Amino acid sequence: MSSKVIHALYDDDDVLLKAVKEVKAAHHHIEEIYTPFPVHGLDKAMGLEPTRLGITAFMYGLTGLGFAWWFLNLIMIQDWPQNIGGKPSFSFAENMPAFVPVMFEMTVFFAAHLMVITFYMRSKIWPFREAENPDPRTTDDHFLMEVAVDGDEDKLASLLKGTGAVEINVKEKH
Amino acid sequence: MAHYEAPIREAIITGDKSYHDITVDVAAPIEGKANKNWWIAFIIALVAFLWGVGAIAYTIGTGIGVWGLNNRINWAWDITNFVWWVGIGHAGTLISAVLLLFRQKWRMGINRSAEAMTIFAVVQAGLFPLIHMGRIWDGFYVLPIPNQLGSLWVNFNSPLLWDVFAISTYLSVSLVFWWTGLLPDFAMIRDRATKPFQKKIYSLVSFGWSGKAKDWQRFEEVSLVLAGLATPLVLSVHTIVSFDFATSVIPGWHSTVYPPYFVAGAVFSGFAMVQTLLLIMRKVSNLEYYITKVHIENMNKVILVTGGIVTVAYLSELFVGWYTGSSYEDFVYLSVGAATGPYWWAFWSLIICNSVIPQLFWFKKIRTNYIWTFIISIFINIGMWFERFDIIVINLSRGHLPSSWTQFSPTFVDIAIFIGTLGFFFVLFLLYARTFPVIAQAEVKSILKSTGDNYKRAREGGDPIEKTIAQVVEKKVEVATPVVEDDKDAQTSNLLDSLGAFDADTQQADDLKKVKGIGPVMEKTLNQIGIYTFAQVGKMTKKEYDLLDSITGSFPGRAERDDWAGQANKLKS
Repeated sequence: MSSKVIHALYDDDDVLLKAVKEVKAAHHHIEEIYTPFPVHGLDKAMGLEPTRLGITAFMYGLTGLGFAWWFLNLIMIQDWPQNIGGKPSFSFAENMPAFVPVMFEMTVFFAAHLMVITFYMRSKIWPFREAENPDPRTTDDHFLMEVAVDGDEDKLASLLKGTGAVEINVKEKH
Repeated sequence: MAHYEAPIREAIITGDKSYHDITVDVAAPIEGKANKNWWIAFIIALVAFLWGVGAIAYTIGTGIGVWGLNNRINWAWDITNFVWWVGIGHAGTLISAVLLLFRQKWRMGINRSAEAMTIFAVVQAGLFPLIHMGRIWDGFYVLPIPNQLGSLWVNFNSPLLWDVFAISTYLSVSLVFWWTGLLPDFAMIRDRATKPFQKKIYSLVSFGWSGKAKDWQRFEEVSLVLAGLATPLVLSVHTIVSFDFATSVIPGWHSTVYPPYFVAGAVFSGFAMVQTLLLIMRKVSNLEYYITKVHIENMNKVILVTGGIVTVAYLSELFVGWYTGSSYEDFVYLSVGAATGPYWWAFWSLIICNSVIPQLFWFKKIRTNYIWTFIISIFINIGMWFERFDIIVINLSRGHLPSSWTQFSPTFVDIAIFIGTLGFFFVLFLLYARTFPVIAQAEVKSILKSTGDNYKRAREGGDPIEKTIAQVVEKKVEVATPVVEDDKDAQTSNLLDSLGAFDADTQQADDLKKVKGIGPVMEKTLNQIGIYTFAQVGKMTKKEYDLLDSITGSFPGRAERDDWAGQANKLKS
């Protein structure tokens, strides 16, 4: 396997989408694509699996609900039952309606924060992390496709040029 | 036709923008210097803020007695301000979450600033319950933490505690939602930054965002799920705020209609504040192309609907007060004489500002007029403050015991703290406007092709801007012919001969980055060669482009393809 990659830059999202399909059709491996904004349909064209973050959010929400359930029962019913305003806290079932707002807030709190933390961890983004986009223009108006060189380098370069790339750079992959 | 949008929908990105233009426009306020008006506004806000800080320090040092509260009226300006600020926050979440779920594209021009407003407003709101505790150092008592007081817990039956959970969840989730959306935009600023300090700061806050395809996929999923979570959250927050009143036994507060009525009022006042802020901001930060008449009109329609809901709520309360014959209802809404009693001025301010004046928005001429919208939005802000004041103070001023009937008069401390939070809010917002990307540029770019006016025009008639993909590709295949390698210095002087030299004493350098295809790096290279002005770039022809390519050795054929000369000539004029 060669350790070389080609960086093909595009300046239009539709041209990029078409190029992705052509490069895939020619059986080349697309290592990564850097875009300045979400290009709809790009993940499907590249063959990326759908993300499961939504499912994790649901599970985190259940965790938050369970946690609220547990501590409300502990605090209000088990540890220190009080008779507040003629409404005694003797059983969870009777007092549950008063706990709904806090249960709801804790569900949202857990789901939102833990999902975002999972997203940051999975995508490896956090403070002090160095950016990895190879060209600063990919956050402005350029789209960069990184293709692994496997076999004939010139042939791949001319294929990419044919798909409408505005710039082709061959790079050593470190 | 992936980018098709019905022609009947008006363009919401105007001014014939390209992707690069959006980058330049959003980065401009951050990269430029603050003007005099910004400094004047900032200093006024800062002075107000410091005055408020002093008043808060005085309150904490001396006690709540320095406020105008009395035996009968034990909540007044503090809780009025609290509810007012929380309500203002609601529009930001409504725009970013509810409009996302409804796939409303116009949200993208305004969501960033509206969310910033949400966060800054909720910060102000949070201050009031804190200082109202009096002994702020015992503030941790509101948290359910094990302690040495015989394991004394907080009371989870109390709406005041629900508020603690609701407001802190709302603030933290809004903040995370906002910041996640900011990452790609901070990354854009980072990649353009030329000053090392600026680069460092924006690298830090952008969390190393690189814009990988998988990251974007996750980003969109996270935005969607957060919107789904934030929508019920925002409704719950003001519902719970209304529970502070609705679950009490004070006549006038004990009202089951409060939750929907508070939420509608919150959205109403929030949109009014968004209008107030954005109408100024679009002028100051040159965002006229992104915050257009369509945005203003759509927001005014929301104001009209929510204003209608609160008006119906006012009328139904009066009607039910009369119709039920319940002595408590009658006592609150009729006998007290909100409209005719000592607080008649507060009552009629509310009715006029919230129910009468916004009806002007039924006229299209008025709801699409910036000046009128601004004036009416100020009235609504005032009216919504009075709504909270009326609910709290009028109801408290009349109890079951007529001998204790009284009125509230604020002390200078009450006034200073309110003005101080206004100052704090504007300090935060003004700093935000100079350091944050105030438009969600990544999202705006993703809708440019469907809603940009140039693209819309192109789809309607055969405008040359609209190129089919085949044409674009064809054009790109023509690669620039390489020039014979020559001595670089000779080439440089050759190039300058035909373009004209730049005289630093008599001429002024232009911002070459405004040309599409010239980034900060290319600008530096051009400056090194001796090219500083649009006039010079404008003289470039095929020969000069090739010369430039062989000097710089980068981006072969870029300059010609993007037609730098044509662009520069346009910019020059």
